[in-house]
Amino acid sequence: MAEEIRLMKGNEAIGEAAVRAGCRAYFGYPITPQNELTAYMARQMLAKGRTFIQAESEVAAVNMVYGASSTGVRAMTSSSSPGISLKQEGISYLCGADLPAVIVNVARSGPGLGGISPSQGDYFQSTRGGGHGDYYTIVLAPKGVQEAADLTYEAFSISEQWRVPVLILADGLIGQMMEGVVLPEPIDPATLPRKEWAVGHSAEMHRPYIHVTSLNLVPDALEAANRLRFERYGKIKKELVRYEEIDVDDADIVFVAYGTAARVCHGALEMARAAGMKVGLFRPITLWPFPSARLAGLAERGKRFLCIELSMGQMVEDVRLAVNGKMPVDFYGRCGGNVPSQEEVFAEVKRLMGR
Amino acid sequence: MELAYGHPKSLKPIQTKYCPGCGHGVIHRIIAEVIDEMDLQAKAIITNPVGCSIWADLYFDFDSVQPAHGRTPAASTGIKRMLPDHLVICYQGDGDLAAIGTAEIIHAANRGEKFTTIFVNNAIYGMTGGQMAPTTLVGQYATTAPEGRDPIGAGMGYPIKVCELLATLEGTRYLARGAVNNAVNIRKTKNYIRRAFEAQMRGEGFTMVEILSQCPTNWQMNPAESVEWLEKNMITFYPLGEIKNTLSASASAQAR
Amino acid sequence: MTEKTFMAGFGGQGIISLGQLWVYSAIKEGLKVTFFPFYGAEKRGGIARASVIVSSDEIKSPIVTSADSVVVMNQDSVEIAEKVCRKGGTILVNSSLIKADPARPDAKIVHVPCNDIALKLGDVRIANMVMMGALCKVTGAVKLDKLESILPSFFSSNKRSLISLNIAAVEEGKKAVSG
Repeated sequence: MAEEIRLMKGNEAIGEAAVRAGCRAYFGYPITPQNELTAYMARQMLAKGRTFIQAESEVAAVNMVYGASSTGVRAMTSSSSPGISLKQEGISYLCGADLPAVIVNVARSGPGLGGISPSQGDYFQSTRGGGHGDYYTIVLAPKGVQEAADLTYEAFSISEQWRVPVLILADGLIGQMMEGVVLPEPIDPATLPRKEWAVGHSAEMHRPYIHVTSLNLVPDALEAANRLRFERYGKIKKELVRYEEIDVDDADIVFVAYGTAARVCHGALEMARAAGMKVGLFRPITLWPFPSARLAGLAERGKRFLCIELSMGQMVEDVRLAVNGKMPVDFYGRCGGNVPSQEEVFAEVKRLMGR
Repeated sequence: MELAYGHPKSLKPIQTKYCPGCGHGVIHRIIAEVIDEMDLQAKAIITNPVGCSIWADLYFDFDSVQPAHGRTPAASTGIKRMLPDHLVICYQGDGDLAAIGTAEIIHAANRGEKFTTIFVNNAIYGMTGGQMAPTTLVGQYATTAPEGRDPIGAGMGYPIKVCELLATLEGTRYLARGAVNNAVNIRKTKNYIRRAFEAQMRGEGFTMVEILSQCPTNWQMNPAESVEWLEKNMITFYPLGEIKNTLSASASAQAR
Repeated sequence: MTEKTFMAGFGGQGIISLGQLWVYSAIKEGLKVTFFPFYGAEKRGGIARASVIVSSDEIKSPIVTSADSVVVMNQDSVEIAEKVCRKGGTILVNSSLIKADPARPDAKIVHVPCNDIALKLGDVRIANMVMMGALCKVTGAVKLDKLESILPSFFSSNKRSLISLNIAAVEEGKKAVSG
């Protein structure tokens, strides 16, 4: 029998995928445009006898995740840009204590309160750690509802495998849009193994007492801990990089775009190909680790790049670092909640190619 | 032969880094004694706050989690919800609880979270070096209240009575205030802690024991003077006793 | 086959339900879909618009900026319809509320007196379903032949009595544009 295709909003599909991944605890706080996700979790988690708390703030919510995660369960929080800023304190502590967690950002436009329309203006915050100290989080950027569900589901195991929080960077369009989605197999949280690094059940686990902390006042010891974590980051960079390429092989010019912007570029790519222009699309799925090596390889092969973002230009800096001056990297972006049309992006390609 | 006195199992047999006369050591000890008496060492988890007692995990011999400043009740919420059969102790100082973490403690209490908060009130920021705390008394010197706490003239506000504040919330079941300035008060405080822990293990609502404690270093006095200062100044402002007890009747009888 | 539809009206006219039922039916017919709504902060009376795409292939941009078909439910939305319709596209106009045609001589204008037909059937709130029937007939993109099995899960239990009325509205919408 074919898998059932359900019509779901991105926000709800993310929620359902988390429930199916065995998420044991969800902590949220209302903010548009991710409210359907919090409401979905309230219905599903409470009905299943799992933990749902509408916290008093985003700060409290992420620290509840910190507490829940320190017991070894799969825990999650979600918000939108201004709320994610508030969560950065907790994310830094999660990273310092090497705790897994899944954090969903259904991003909106900023800075400040900004607007509630889609934006990719949180790229820097997401890929540079976001809070204080030397650390990174793994960042996954879905392009639509199906991938939002798939990546959220997988985020829990990725986060546990690497003991690094995983950020799902979506945007208001992906959160609000409805598409068909085939959902992954449900996992019963009770079947997940207890973690040897988690607090609680010390007698049954036959282990010494555990102290979950990010505190380390001895410079040499803290440096050693940070170096160890960066060794892990090195492995993540080798093993986790993901991207999608469309019509790149023969392309003269390659779009670099993620999430919603990549969907628009794909539309523009079709228009360009129909007009006989050799245009390709490179879509990073992991924003951290960033697929720098692959982009460098494409630059070696003489591709030039056009980076399209729903921002004033953030990922373009990583593209330029990867390409390292070997080929031109151009940028076109819209911000403030505006999403460029594929016609607009196609016009930009034509302009660059002198057509 | 019955053991009349000994080092609690739940407290490591090492010397603390706390200053001479500091109350944390005594408070650690009575917590550990109650845990031993209740045979809960293997089920105890403490969240130690940012402040002098951030080192609590060096001394307590059971699991611990160290959250961000003031977020201790939020982290304890996450832990206790996941491990309801464990004893979760949310250890907080006055800066952690009554300043940066005010939202977290009020809402955890209001939700009736089933962990126990041990609120150590020494009316000063200890670790950062003697700044004014929300519980600093009117007129009391602090590095950030160089002429003494002046509620109106310098706009420094008034000391917060946390037990009384939380007593208005329906989620709170047991709120008591003790002190560790003398043996009688230490013994009473230990009883409050026991009552709170027992209530937690029965799954009753939010429980908290506020403990008035000395900070001779930042109060700039010797330990003997500090216990006297606490008696004269703090206890007169922060009354000792069970501020709120709505625990089940059988439990109260048992405690007596 | 790809049909990009832009739907516009005011809040309360059922634009969102229309779009959702359109793509829900399409999914049941084996098509890929995207539905992206945007509306004002008001619950009633603000703008209500949706980008709706059904396709036999993977859908690229979910934003409809060059629509194959446009559904216009009220006078205020005519201007946006004129802008968003592609050259030679189709504009379906709720002629009960819109008296002047959109200024797009290149487009095919289809008049559907949605409110009048809905009122005749007994409930003005099903004007959106009349329009969906017309859209089905004019574009042929979605057959709507599985609508009857979809509606029970779409409506809350206290509104299930309205299912046959909704089906009737869709049928009347089809008839209104078959002549």
